[in-house]
Amino acid sequence: MSEAESQRRADEVRRSWLLSTPALIVLFLGAMGPLLIMVVYSFLTPGRYGNVEWVFSLDAWRGILFTRDIFDDTLKLADAHLTIFWRSLKLSLMTTILAFAVGFPTAWFIATRPRHMRAFWLFLITIPFWTNLLIRTFAINQIIRNEGFLNTALLKLGVISAPLQLIYTDTAVFIGMVYVYLPLMVLPLYAAIDRFDTRLLEAGYDLYASRLTVLRRIIFPIVKPGIVAGSILVFIPALGAYVTPRVLGGGKNMMIGNFIELQFGQGRNWPLGAALSVVLLIIVAAALLVYVRFANRDSTHG
Amino acid sequence: MARKTYFDVTRLPGFSTIAVIVFVMLYAPILMLVIYSFNAGSSVAIWDGFSWRWYVTAWQNEQVKEVTLRSLMLAASAATISTALATMAALATTRKRAFRGQTAIYVAINQPLMVPEIVTAVALLILFAAVKVATGYQGMGYLILAHTAFCIPFAYLPIRARLEGMDMALEAAAADLYASPWQGFRHVTLPLLMPGIAAGMMLAFVTSLDDVVISLFVKSAGQDTLPTYLLAQLRRQVSPEINAISSVLLLLTLVLLTTFFLLTRKKD
Repeated sequence: MSEAESQRRADEVRRSWLLSTPALIVLFLGAMGPLLIMVVYSFLTPGRYGNVEWVFSLDAWRGILFTRDIFDDTLKLADAHLTIFWRSLKLSLMTTILAFAVGFPTAWFIATRPRHMRAFWLFLITIPFWTNLLIRTFAINQIIRNEGFLNTALLKLGVISAPLQLIYTDTAVFIGMVYVYLPLMVLPLYAAIDRFDTRLLEAGYDLYASRLTVLRRIIFPIVKPGIVAGSILVFIPALGAYVTPRVLGGGKNMMIGNFIELQFGQGRNWPLGAALSVVLLIIVAAALLVYVRFANRDSTHG
Repeated sequence: MARKTYFDVTRLPGFSTIAVIVFVMLYAPILMLVIYSFNAGSSVAIWDGFSWRWYVTAWQNEQVKEVTLRSLMLAASAATISTALATMAALATTRKRAFRGQTAIYVAINQPLMVPEIVTAVALLILFAAVKVATGYQGMGYLILAHTAFCIPFAYLPIRARLEGMDMALEAAAADLYASPWQGFRHVTLPLLMPGIAAGMMLAFVTSLDDVVISLFVKSAGQDTLPTYLLAQLRRQVSPEINAISSVLLLLTLVLLTTFFLLTRKKD
């Protein structure tokens, strides 16, 4: 490379950085920087009226799993916290599984439509994805609430004699999360199935495989990257869900997201809230790492 | 008799049925929400006849007007700024030889997509609480900064996609005809890039308009946006007025999305 050439290249790189800088500054101030400050706050002492006092403390981190007994000052497992973690994990996993169970047939259906119709079906999946999550959650709320459409209809038909208590239960949160996050499962699954070579199916059936065997031994292994991507795209927002459990679960059926908010409101324990957020962040990072590994493995094997 | 006897390898039993049920279930709740916005009665479950009543109520509600205007202003500001920044970043990171740090820029741009909203919201609350104490400034700047940040990846993706599909020969031709780099950008690159920029701006606008969680934690007193207002209303008596407001918001999103798809549609 000549000197002029390398000078030009250096100029180009400098220009690239200069052009990216404004975006990077905004991202740092409005997204990444605050996360770093949050980590610092998780090591401080809660202030009496919220906020923090600048005194180092590990209480917040201890407080995630343990509480101090008021009488004899011993550490005990915080059952209330564990219940919330367990509910979050359970509901997120259940949501991912059900979203896959109904999302896979849906993605398969779209991918096997005639080519000119696929964009239309995909558009139908994409609209709910972009419409306001609050409004979609609210639509579910209106249907399943005690004086809502479902109960009113069932009562009139005489199927039930008292309204079904669906709203403000874990079931409601579960239904709601599957409903709002389903497009996130269908879109990557579709992308994977769309590339799938259907001649492999012919080969499978020629060798006397049953439909179930073809699904299990041919389709699933090949579209696995799509399955992993969809599952992670559903699992991550489900685990950090705030709006859906608030609108459908009410105050008693909190998930981690609502529990974090509580620390910044009535709980007046900002460091605990910050520590919980860091934990959530670490879980998400771990899930993303799993995804990156799968994605890379796929590309190296062609 | 022409009877279908061939074996369709792509057919899996029950899949189409499940898919149709999924599509119905996906739209039924939204449809019910819209239908009951036209209810003459004040129930969201018992139909009392058609009426525009709740749309009129919402239109005359001063608070609804105020929060709607604030949301639109916020979305317009965040979409404009984030699109401008994303365009610059896309020009810097696309169609070039890879340079050191390029991956870091990608990660930084996409970072808001990877972090759960509640975590970003809480982190912003912590930072802005400290800044508010230090400076005394309570204005809309916080909301605009926060929204701009999480809108950048949404604006960036369609612009980048458009740039990657563009023919560099056209810009080379402009340079051959003695166009300065700026003239080449202004009269060749920018016009070609415009559909991508418009698409990115629309996604950013919709994303900002939809946000509840981050606004909820960042807003100062009296800075409710339309979504945070709706969330607060849910605690009180439910009336079809919320359905009416939601329906208008849905219609706006639908119009923007349809435009987006027409802008980014690939010609077959």
